[in-house]
Amino acid sequence: MTRRGWIVPLAALALIALVPGLRAVALGFLDGAFGGRNLFNLWSTLSRASILLGMAIAVLVAFRAGLINLGGEGQLVLGALAAALVGIYAPLPGWAVASAALLAATVAGGLWGMLALWLDRGLRVPLLVGSLLLNYPAVQFASWLASHPLRDVASGSAQTHRIDGAARLPRFDGTILDYGIFLTVAVALLAILADRYTVFGYRLRMQGLAPDFARAQGMPTRRLGYQALFLSGAIAGLTGFTAVFGFAQRYVDGMLTQPLYAWTGIVAVLLAGMVPWRVPVAALIFAVLATGAGGMERVAGIPRESAQIVIALAILWLAGSGRSPMPGRGR
Amino acid sequence: MIWDATFFESVPRFVTPLLLASLGGALCHRAGVFNIALEGMMLIGAFFAVVGSYFTAHWLGGLGAAVASGLAAGALYAWVGVRRGGDDIVVSIGLNILAAGLTAFLLRAIFDQRGQFDDPAIATLPRIALPGIDAVASLGPLLSGQSVLFWAALALVPLLAWGLTRHRLGLRMRAAGDNPAALRTLGVAPERIRTVAVLGSGALCALAGAQLSISNVSLFTEGMSAGRGWIAVVIVMMCAGRPVWILPAALFFGLIDALAVRAQVFGLPQQLTEALPYGLAIAVMAVALRRAAFRVRT
Repeated sequence: MTRRGWIVPLAALALIALVPGLRAVALGFLDGAFGGRNLFNLWSTLSRASILLGMAIAVLVAFRAGLINLGGEGQLVLGALAAALVGIYAPLPGWAVASAALLAATVAGGLWGMLALWLDRGLRVPLLVGSLLLNYPAVQFASWLASHPLRDVASGSAQTHRIDGAARLPRFDGTILDYGIFLTVAVALLAILADRYTVFGYRLRMQGLAPDFARAQGMPTRRLGYQALFLSGAIAGLTGFTAVFGFAQRYVDGMLTQPLYAWTGIVAVLLAGMVPWRVPVAALIFAVLATGAGGMERVAGIPRESAQIVIALAILWLAGSGRSPMPGRGR
Repeated sequence: MIWDATFFESVPRFVTPLLLASLGGALCHRAGVFNIALEGMMLIGAFFAVVGSYFTAHWLGGLGAAVASGLAAGALYAWVGVRRGGDDIVVSIGLNILAAGLTAFLLRAIFDQRGQFDDPAIATLPRIALPGIDAVASLGPLLSGQSVLFWAALALVPLLAWGLTRHRLGLRMRAAGDNPAALRTLGVAPERIRTVAVLGSGALCALAGAQLSISNVSLFTEGMSAGRGWIAVVIVMMCAGRPVWILPAALFFGLIDALAVRAQVFGLPQQLTEALPYGLAIAVMAVALRRAAFRVRT
């Protein structure tokens, strides 16, 4: 940033610090994102960051391979649903239930992702549109299951029964943050390292950056595409598993769609310029924005949807400044 | 019976928003703008139709506010996506998220409501009764008593078809899409033409939203467009942006919507019937895109 570039943010900071009303709002934001009793809000920020990280990495894998997968929402929800089904019905010891649910979630998400690519390759429905349209049946199906056959009627809302205590992901002592964050961070690390250091990562990247070159080099582009979409969907499914076995402890209708996790994940990847190591940073920033906005709502009555507006404006600004890379679109 | 007066009465109600949004999308498609923010533009229109109608206590106020908000959304799209050269997909994603956030935010800020706002003070669109046709079985409820927007949307089909083949602006729109270099040689900036197309699509999608919120109901619900903007995107792609083909396609999907709602009366769960149009959209697209003439460039 040039020296003049610092003036505006500094002036803004000074203004916030000096004007009492603004200072209260800013403190509310900080408290909402990092404070609370026993740092409750900090843990919920990290919990949200974990989900966003998972969704962003899922998007990243597909985007790096030049495949515009907008079906993260459906893959996430189906993964969560598969996890919940196994979690409720599998008559196994706790650790086995969790492992089986994790497997089911990744497979469900992955297959839904592959289906989107098959629609593109097999039936010529553009991936962009096909993957997006697949979200609706998935989300509606999950909503139906949660509100009819799987419903925990006694609870009074559209949600499944709770996952058995022994199978749930444990929480850090005295916090609401669960070990699911280990899973998403591990996946993120693997993805970042694989992108940089493995042949598979290189091939995916080449396919995204220069598909003709990849084909000319004799790369199995067809198989690579399906692998990328399976991975992308599987990571989304895994994220769904961490939500069901982690903070929610069950599948609640709308819990994954209402906060726009999938869309925010896409925006995080775009804002990170599709540079892998920047993606976790972007995911964390968006989580802070969302919980911080909750704090501003409590302090100053500013609706928390302000966070979504900020995210949208950020992506529009980015697009307008000509720094928005989109896979396979020559920019 | 599923084929009763209630059913026929409901068909145009579902066709209208799809038709309006698809025609808006068609303008962009022909002008070479890959606008997939139809969903967001509809949502914005639906919200501001309620705002305008509530505060002016007149449906014209609602439509005016909707169109103004649609133009504003279009202007934002045009500024970022056309003038500044932002990627269409990125801009569209941004605009869709903005629409979801902004409408929920303003719902709280203006009406102090979360999730939904309804009020008897929201004036609804007038329905046009056709005296002679009223009595005819099934045709009566289908055509008589429909909102002004239904007829406006129908009238727009030949108008746009004519405009895109005969009028200078329409021809320039197609040139902006098919061969911008030729247009530039003519001394016309394709960006200018595309801006007009995006503004037009914003206004039409906003009208589609108004049909959702102030026609048969008088309320706004968060996420009320519920994916109809994406069905419109599918229609535009399938029909390659040709208004004359968009009409039957919109009729088809509107009919499916109406059927899906009717099926709920017979005990099918709402979630499953709501998923139907999207599954069908994929299938129809797969069939339509088999023909080379429909091949999509994205």
